[in-house]
Amino acid sequence: MEEGNKIPKSASSRLCCRCNERKPALKRPKTLEQICRKCFYEVFEEEIHQVIVGNQLFKAGERVAIGASGGKDSTVLAYVMSELNRRHNYGLDLFLLSVDEGITGYRDDSLETVKRNEVQYGLPLKIVSYKELYGWTMDEIVKVIGLKNNCTFCGVFRRQALDRGAAYLKVDKLVTGHNADDIAETVLLNILRGDVARLSRCTSITTGEDGPIPRCKPFKYTYEKEIVMYAYFKKLDYFSTECIYSPNAYRGFAREFIKDLERIR
Amino acid sequence: MSPFFCLCSTGSDVACCYWICCSGGLELLCDSVKMHNVNVDLENGLEQLTMKDLLAWARTNLIKERPEMFMKGDTVRPGVLVLVNDCDWELSGQLDTTLQEKDVVVFISTLHGG
Repeated sequence: MEEGNKIPKSASSRLCCRCNERKPALKRPKTLEQICRKCFYEVFEEEIHQVIVGNQLFKAGERVAIGASGGKDSTVLAYVMSELNRRHNYGLDLFLLSVDEGITGYRDDSLETVKRNEVQYGLPLKIVSYKELYGWTMDEIVKVIGLKNNCTFCGVFRRQALDRGAAYLKVDKLVTGHNADDIAETVLLNILRGDVARLSRCTSITTGEDGPIPRCKPFKYTYEKEIVMYAYFKKLDYFSTECIYSPNAYRGFAREFIKDLERIR
Repeated sequence: MSPFFCLCSTGSDVACCYWICCSGGLELLCDSVKMHNVNVDLENGLEQLTMKDLLAWARTNLIKERPEMFMKGDTVRPGVLVLVNDCDWELSGQLDTTLQEKDVVVFISTLHGG
């Protein structure tokens, strides 16, 4: 239960629970601790490092593609992976891999962000497009199938597109920015649909080991709020808008439900 | 471009307010204008503006469309983060947070693809 006491904004009667020196900047959703910016950066990065090491996600010398959409998760992922790779000598060759589904007013803008990320983080970028791979953009597909089940089509195409891009880059692994909130939604989604097969697979941190390119999710235990706060405080460049076809997606219901649950925690 | 909008307001005389809205995010709800100067008047009997008052005011005066994307009931829609002077409003009592002159309030939506 959340504490009811009001903390006078100017008085700062509480200090960061980690360093006990600085004023707290946020309340961590993961632990409900009040933490200052500096300590937040440290725990955020260290926890992700521990997830990477503890789950043996990578081996030295591997080429790794970061699925980058220009959105909050993938931008922070690229930044943190870059940083940790340097700091802890993972010995990885990192790349940015982007998928252009051909969604006007959504993807074209976010790709500009990834192009900036390429420069900002010094990571080579490869963009694969549905049009080139399949001869169809999502806009063209939606014109034919209507506004239902768009994510189903797009998701299948995207996975293939990422595999093809990864093969082009000759990478050993693909990482994506799926966070704890995303996975919680997926679990709920699969329960609601009775998709037992997916339910059994959807929380694995690494998937596709028997396929062309294994994929892993270093942000599996990272809360979305913390990713956004990290990006905000660090002033990371990312693009945010909802895909124009997403309002019809079933996932939206799962998301709303989980957010409501979190609020009454 | 950053994915948030920011509001700085006072409860009394001098208004020193601005919103910074993001691309494709919450700014769309206020005529796509990034920054606003706003002056919020206190209701009779109130000494200080709280976040609760500010949100109610914003819903009426600033949000031009789809208020349900910004607010749910008295508070922000779940998934919208709120910072007052760059501090998480969960530290200062959320809706009960009192605001002072030249305070900066930032709303960040997390409800989009990553």
